[in-house]
Amino acid sequence: MGIISPGFGGRRRSSRSDLPPGQYLTPDFPVLSAGPTPRIPLDRWRFTITNESGERQSWTWSEFQALPSEDVTVDIHCVTKWSKLGTSWRGVSLDTLLADTDTTADYTMVHAYGGYTTNVPLEDLLDGKAWIAYRYDGADLEPEHGGPARMLIPHLYFWKSAKWVSGVEMLDSDEPGFWESAGYHNYGDPWREQRYQGD
Amino acid sequence: MARAAVSGRLIWRVATLAEARAETASARTLVLDVPEWPGHLPGQHVDVRLTAPDGYSAQRSYSIASAWTGDGRIELTIQRIPDGEVSTYLTDIFKVGDPVELRGPVGGWFVWRERQTAPVLLVGGGSGVVPLMSMVRARGAVRGRQPFRLIYSVRSPEDACYTGELARRIRDDAGLDVRYVYTRQTPEGWPEPAKRISVATLNTYGWPPDFGPDCYVCGPTGFVETAADMLVALGHDPRRIRTERFGGTS
Repeated sequence: MGIISPGFGGRRRSSRSDLPPGQYLTPDFPVLSAGPTPRIPLDRWRFTITNESGERQSWTWSEFQALPSEDVTVDIHCVTKWSKLGTSWRGVSLDTLLADTDTTADYTMVHAYGGYTTNVPLEDLLDGKAWIAYRYDGADLEPEHGGPARMLIPHLYFWKSAKWVSGVEMLDSDEPGFWESAGYHNYGDPWREQRYQGD
Repeated sequence: MARAAVSGRLIWRVATLAEARAETASARTLVLDVPEWPGHLPGQHVDVRLTAPDGYSAQRSYSIASAWTGDGRIELTIQRIPDGEVSTYLTDIFKVGDPVELRGPVGGWFVWRERQTAPVLLVGGGSGVVPLMSMVRARGAVRGRQPFRLIYSVRSPEDACYTGELARRIRDDAGLDVRYVYTRQTPEGWPEPAKRISVATLNTYGWPPDFGPDCYVCGPTGFVETAADMLVALGHDPRRIRTERFGGTS
């Protein structure tokens, strides 16, 4: 426990068991990104998986839309301390997208339009833990929230859920992505409060 | 996007409020003594943690307003958010001599470094001016020669922070200029009506894209989305537009 702040009572909003340590609830959907919002025309959108040998598998928007999708309702947790519970999404499971990927790699780098990157262990993308989401709350995903499609990895802090996702690259050895190079935690588990390096 | 700087492990430190001053009716600057503060780059932020007697705690992130001068102090300017659990404590209750826990500095992307030589365009909306002020102060502290322009959007003259200091710096810090945009109410005799920031504002008072400026945009989400989109539309390289969005925090 930290030192007492004289005169601070607080709202005790985080006494809930579904809220990770240090987080608070928000009814809003705050936006966090490092630069302007890229606009990606659907006829130029591609999602590409690259294995460690450089072999690529790519989907156009219509090919991607033809894949089986799932509706998921999940809690999301941002490293800037807000959490939003029970958010509903539609997307394609990474299990589906990675089904034909020939890889022995343990690590991945997620790439996004605009140049953003974030690293995620491959096992965190598999077994129903991650989706490429393109609808939020019953509507097409807005550009400022990562549309046309974003990564959705709800069990990690939300910076791992790259907006405007363009692909996933298999890596034999782990490399830090954009925020991970800037002092943020390499893995980012909200339940262990892994916000920054060394947490 | 370029890679940002790596920082070491961030430990919680107990800071003490050394001084406080009102910037506006709803914004307060806290001058904090932070033991063994490692220094920071302008644009970085800290996490502040408050703890109640029963152990309940709440954390929020706040941009650093000051430039690092090696004196062991940092300044935060806190905008009081109605019903804000942490901000109202820091603006209304926290008093000189009280301790508070913080850790940082955090963030290696929305920063300005002395070695950058490009012209700089700072676009701030409301309390989004805070990290931009840190950049203005850092440049002033090293007598930087980089051309600096701040476009500062506020509701009214009474809502503007740092006005006295900015007026002094426009006079003393060669190569700095500041343009206010008033969205609700202008000062007496202001040459244009109250209005939101527009493409024309950024085109007239910003740097042309072919000067290759580094752009920093900070404020509420809607403001940042709009201003960054307008900069892209004017031809600025999206990779040179760094944004920091405030929103949903209290």
